[in-house]
Formats: sequence, structure tokens, C-alpha cells
Amino acid sequence: MGKCVPDQPGKSAIEVRGVRKVFGTGDAQVAALDTVSVSIRENEFFTLLGPSGCGKTTLLRLIAGFDFPSEGEILLHGQDIAPLPPFKRPVNTVFQSYALFPHMTVAENIGFGLEMLGKPKSEIKARVAEMLKLVKMEALSARRTSQISGGQQQRVALARALAPQPKVLLLDEPLSALDYKLRKEMQIELKRLQHQTGITFIFVTHDQEEALTMSDRIAVMSAGKILQVGTPRDIYDRPAERFVADFIGETNFLKGTVVSKKSGIAMVKIASEATVAAGFPENFDPSGAVTVVVRPEHADLVADAAKGMVSGTLANVVYFGTDTHYHVKLEGGDDFIVRHQNSRSGAVSFEPGAKVGVVFEDDGARILRD
Amino acid sequence: MADPRSADIKDQPGFRSIAIICLCVLYAPILILMIFSLNTGSLVTRWEGIGFGWYGSALLNQEFHNAAKNTLIISVTATIISTIAATLAAIGMTRVKPWPGLSAAFMVINLPLMVPEIITAVATLSFFALIAGTLGLNFGIGNLILAHTVFCIPFAYMPIRARLEDMDLTLEAAAADLYATPWHAFRRITLPLLVPGVLSGGALAFIVSFDDFTITQLVAGPGQTTLPLYIWNQIRRPMTPEINAISTILLLVSILFVSISFLIARRRAK
Repeated sequence: MGKCVPDQPGKSAIEVRGVRKVFGTGDAQVAALDTVSVSIRENEFFTLLGPSGCGKTTLLRLIAGFDFPSEGEILLHGQDIAPLPPFKRPVNTVFQSYALFPHMTVAENIGFGLEMLGKPKSEIKARVAEMLKLVKMEALSARRTSQISGGQQQRVALARALAPQPKVLLLDEPLSALDYKLRKEMQIELKRLQHQTGITFIFVTHDQEEALTMSDRIAVMSAGKILQVGTPRDIYDRPAERFVADFIGETNFLKGTVVSKKSGIAMVKIASEATVAAGFPENFDPSGAVTVVVRPEHADLVADAAKGMVSGTLANVVYFGTDTHYHVKLEGGDDFIVRHQNSRSGAVSFEPGAKVGVVFEDDGARILRD
Repeated sequence: MADPRSADIKDQPGFRSIAIICLCVLYAPILILMIFSLNTGSLVTRWEGIGFGWYGSALLNQEFHNAAKNTLIISVTATIISTIAATLAAIGMTRVKPWPGLSAAFMVINLPLMVPEIITAVATLSFFALIAGTLGLNFGIGNLILAHTVFCIPFAYMPIRARLEDMDLTLEAAAADLYATPWHAFRRITLPLLVPGVLSGGALAFIVSFDDFTITQLVAGPGQTTLPLYIWNQIRRPMTPEINAISTILLLVSILFVSISFLIARRRAK
């Protein structure tokens, strides 16, 4: 069993090169995937994140072999698998609906892949026992899959997909059918299984929180394209595009105009006539009218409006227990939210209607491509 | 009680009386037929006493035996052939990429349900007469088996197709994902899950063939009397409760058969 070593560029397990997938013909053609390239490393927990219809499930189906790309290559450890049928790919899938075989017991389900690979009975038995232990389902091995709960079905689906020791495990929104508490448990469970087995996981989800907490790296997708690939921290703190910033977490957007630029920092004049310093991505040269984004927790309120980088009137205060959201109407008319972590010791409290200043943390403001 | 606020149809006024009338119209004649099979007298309309005498004479009746044997040979063979054909047709029409002519094929398979049976009967009779006349071919009881197989196919096809359409296609994808070749995926996943559909399709085909009268009457040659034809011949003579006994036996066989296939289907579906 290998150890998972995130953040260390290793050999690539899956390499997607210039893959296009077009559905329909003639005028009704829709490109579900538009020339996508991405490299997924060995032993990585890699997440495809995006809204529904962004192409994430299509990409997963192409890797599994349920669909074939219109153009491009999919390499598994350097070998092009794109033309192979699913039963010839050393890749297994956990389906959103689990797709457990209803006429078989839990143990028969888990052993199915090994049986199809023609493994000897004794080996299948040992491996099924090992898998049952891994997902803590030993007691229910003789049950029919209709006689176990949703969470247990999820575990069986995982065990069944892991049993043949695939090179890569594909997970298609596997947690979406579970209730909140069980989902949280399974998130931890999935991370544990990935560490323990050392298998590359490719996880599809539309839930940004799930993606941030579980992944080694995330690819954010929209409209058939991959917009950004990076660690959760990269994606959250340094979104490359406006869509990424908007889709993941809460963000304030300020319209402004670039007035000067110097070594990765631009001075931007925003609507309220104030000028703020903002960073920007390396391969992007902002000029003219731009959008500046600031995360609510990368800003703070000051009582003296004159000391703020921008200022305005406090419109609303929303208390969330762990933190408080201050809704500020800026001088220029933009809405701005500041998130403040609550603590026991002396937080300054602000009342709605007060004049306040807003300050950004260093590197808190960034210019993004629209 | 009739509660005007209730949306339940069982609480609507008149529901109970309409239901009782329907049940009487449907089952009272059958019930009366079964009661008179126990009559000791020799009339089917005047009750004289209770006894199993007519069952005894029915079971010893050689003509009844021959008719039952013919019926079973024809029904069982037609059921097996038509169910296999219907299963293959249903798979060919639900598990392939849509092809031009798919809806035409669907029409062709189901047409026998829409054509009046007497027309099929006359057409079948002329067909067999034609090949007997021009080619000198006569398949004997095979003629009846062939005719029954053809009209049984759509009856067997319907439940099998419904079962295939209800089946979650992800299951077959999952099997392929777990290294099952298309043949293994079919053998280990699709087919076992299809069994209830095949059983109810087969049961339906059997019942339809078992009690077919119109086509059989026209196509049957000498010595090819089936049970429905036998009963028909009997009631043209002075009727005795023996015919009631025979009918009751047939009814019980049908009920037994349908119940068994229903129970199997239900257990499988769990």
C-alpha cells in the first residue's frame, strides 16, 4: 500500500490531451467538452468541480470508457486508452446511484470484478474479506443490497470498485444521495480509503465545500472547459478567472479602472474614486476597465471611515454564530460584505447605519479576467 | 361512510354498489358454473344434490384426455418458442442504438394484437391450404403450433420489454466497468434481472394459447381437437354437468399456473 504524497509532482496516472466530445449532429451539435487537457498525478485525490452541465461527468465517462472522445487522447500511464471498451480498462467507477446488482449479496457484488478477471476462488474470497473489513461491512456480507441502508450501499459500491485494485478510481458525485451528517462522515472515510489504498481518485462534484476539504488538487470546469487547476488553496486564494472566484466561496466584485502598474501590482481607481492596490495572475495583463475581487474574510471594518481604503454605510449585520457578516453600501454604490470571525474577546461591534471604513488585507484584492 | 370532504374514491357515493355489480357480472356466472359441476343430476340447470360424480366421468373420458394432451403439446411448445423469440426481439429493440425501421419493427411485432382474430384465422387457414396445395406440405399438429406461436409473440413481448425498459442501464455499465464482456454482462446481470419479465411473458403466452378458440377451430385438422374445441363440441350436444366439471378443472389449472408465475415474479423482484 503506497503512501499518498500530495503537492509533490509525480508521474501522471491519467493524461487527457486535447479531448473534445461533441454530441448530436449538424446544427444540433453540442460540444460537451471543448479541447480539454489535464494531467492527473499518481496517488492524487483529484476533483473535477463545476456546475451541472459543465462537462465534468462527460470527462469522467470518457475516462471510464462509457463514451469515446470525438478528438484527442486519454493516456493511462502513458498508454492511450481512449479507443478501449470499459471492460478492458484498469479503471473502476463508483456511480452516483451506486448501481449495485440487486440480485446478488454484498459479498457477491464486491467479488464481481475479480470474478470477471478470472481470479481463482480462494483469492476472490480473501480479497472480498479484506474489502469488507476496509469498509467496515463484515457483518453484512450475506445481505442482499436492498436490505442495507443508503450509507451502507455507498460503502459496498466503494468496496466493489476498489476490489480489483484499479489504477484509477472514478467517483461520480457519490455522496450526493446521502444526508448531511452521513456525507460529512463519508468525506473523511473517502480520504482515509484513498490514503490507505494509494489509488488515484478522480472525484466529480458540484459541491465546492466538498471539493475544498477533500482534494489534493481541483480542476474547476465551466461550459466544457477547464478554467483552472490547482490546490484548494490556490483555487480559493488565487482564482484565475471571475467564474472561479464566483463559483467557489463568497466574493465581492468591484468595478474599476487601472491607473498604473508595477511588478504584479496594479493601482485601480474604483467607482467611489478611491484607489486600491490589487494583484493579478501572471499570464494576464490588466488594463482599462477591470473587476477587482475581494473575499469577505480578507477585509475588515474600521470605525474611522477616513482610515478605510474604501468607505460606506453599514446597511445590515448578520450574525452566524461562528462569524458575523457586515453588509456595507460603498460610497460609489457597490455592495460589499465583510466577514468577521467572532471571538470572546473584545470585537468592536458596529451598528447598522454607522459610517465605516473597509480595509483589505495585504494581497486581499485581485484583478481577474472576466 | 361517505365523507364529502374525502378525496378518496372509495368514499364517493355509489362506489360500493358499482363495485358489487361489477364483481357479480364478472364472477357470478363462473361461480354458478363451478357449483353445478357438483350437481348429481344430469341437467346443468336443475340442482339435485351434491357429489363429485361428474369429475369422475370427466377424468375417465378418453376424448377429454386426448384433447388435454393436444392442448398441452401445442401450448407448451408455442409458449417456449414465442417466449424465446419475444425475449430476443425485446433485447434487440431496447439494447441497441436506435436504427431506422425500429418503430416499424415494433408495429410488426404488435400487429397481431390489433388484427381481429377471425381475420388472422382465415388468413392462416388459407396460408396452410396454399402450401398444402402447391408444395404438398402439411406439418400436422405443427400447423397449430406455428399459428399459436405467431399470435403468442406479442403477448410474451410486452412484459419482457417493460422489464427491460425499467431496468437501470447503469447496472450494465457497472458490469462493463467491472471487466464483464458484453456477453458476461448479459448472462450475469441483464438475464437474471429479466427472469420475472420472461416468466410473466411466458405465462401470458401460455394462457392465450391454452384457451385459443377461433384460430384453432379453423386451422385444426382431424384428431387435433384441443380442450376449447372439445368443450365447444360438447355443448352442441345435450349438456351434462360433465362439461362444468371439465371447465372447472381448466379454470383451476389456469389459476394455479398464473399464481405460481406471479409468486415467482414477486419473489424475484425483491
